[in-house]
Amino acid sequence: MSEFLAMGGYAPYVWSAYGITLVVVLLNIWTARRARIRPLERLARTADEARPRRQPTVRQVQ
Amino acid sequence: MLFVGVVLCGVAVSAAFALRAFNENLLYFFSPTQVVAGEAPTERVFRLGGVVVEGSVVREPGSLTVEFLVTDYANTVPVRYTGVLPDLFREGQVAVARGRVDSSGVFTAEEVLAKHDENYRPPAVAEALEKGRAASGQ
Amino acid sequence: MLGLPRWFHRWASPPHVYELAERWRPWLGGLALLTILGGAYGGLVLAPPDYLQGDSFRIIYVHVPSAYLSMMGYTLMAVAAAIGFVWRIKLAHAVAVSIAPIGASFTFLALVTGGIWGRPTWGTYWEWGDARLMFELLLLFLYLGYMALRASFEDRDKADRVSAILAVVGVVNVPIIHYSVEWWSTLHQGPTIAKLDTPSITFDMLAPLLVMIAGFTLCFAWLVLNRLQGEIVEREHDARWLRRFAEAVR
Repeated sequence: MSEFLAMGGYAPYVWSAYGITLVVVLLNIWTARRARIRPLERLARTADEARPRRQPTVRQVQ
Repeated sequence: MLFVGVVLCGVAVSAAFALRAFNENLLYFFSPTQVVAGEAPTERVFRLGGVVVEGSVVREPGSLTVEFLVTDYANTVPVRYTGVLPDLFREGQVAVARGRVDSSGVFTAEEVLAKHDENYRPPAVAEALEKGRAASGQ
Repeated sequence: MLGLPRWFHRWASPPHVYELAERWRPWLGGLALLTILGGAYGGLVLAPPDYLQGDSFRIIYVHVPSAYLSMMGYTLMAVAAAIGFVWRIKLAHAVAVSIAPIGASFTFLALVTGGIWGRPTWGTYWEWGDARLMFELLLLFLYLGYMALRASFEDRDKADRVSAILAVVGVVNVPIIHYSVEWWSTLHQGPTIAKLDTPSITFDMLAPLLVMIAGFTLCFAWLVLNRLQGEIVEREHDARWLRRFAEAVR
């Protein structure tokens, strides 16, 4: 295992390259998901506001 | 539409100029033949690229100074360099040296880089290939 | 200008594409994850070290797929922008907009992993003046320029049309990147797999690379679909058909 991690003496290069790739891909996944969901949430919110609020029924005092 | 046309032309013209400049001035390295023919600059630093001749690498004992020959199989230029060589610097592989030529024709390098080729193979395969080449007498 | 066939307009309608994306996305994501994990295992564990570069050669398995996507992404972006410009199809512009940040991120990765690989092999992280490196950097600026240009317009239609011109003009850079190692003397080596003559790499080293390229491409497609869906919602926010999807996120 330690031999695998040592990467024949090139560990800093190999692991930093793979690490940066992982970070950039994860950031991509996070921002892309957010780019999909945010506009839908906004749409849902504006739809709520546009809907006529149910008026509280005013009971006449007898 | 006129605006679009102007932008298009502008980008195309600047790209053409950039390419021309690149071709003339930013040629990455000169070959030994160009250096021998005097096409390389003598006043300023330039890059020399070529194959390191097999068996030509001589290390000065007790220092980091190394001398070797760089060839393009037509002409050869001697190179002198003091410093650490990259891992992939090998005889028979391409090296790119940055420096200048002195009056005696020796290229004094400030930096030596190794250019590897596009071939990748496992050590066992490389060894077998090497043996095959030796057996066929090449 | 020639008209597009009617089936194309029907196929490329926002509701249809949104629904397709909604259906394919989970499958694409799962497949991308499996392929990348398999490719990484192959590249880091199964593939033998290189006879000359040793284990540093394993950086090829993240560098080449990133570089490939940086160029493929730009080409797709330019084609989408051109279709949007010529036939005035808003969905095509939405595709181009969705690709830009993803393509830029893979261009960044290609440059950074290339630099990390260059240090132990060439002896330097970066060489100003090397044609391959310069034109790949230009590609990053083209992606960023496209996004910056769009951001400078208030009006989305105008941003679509003007940025499409930049995307299309910039596509000449893609073949220049590919052939730069042949046209100029460069520190960067020539193509290993994108050539037709004798193979320059043994099968046990090549197989993980091809798996990794497939995995990265699937991941790219998943990312583009996510952004495209968001972009469609932004552009079609008044549409009736969207209400169903908006209900689901509440």
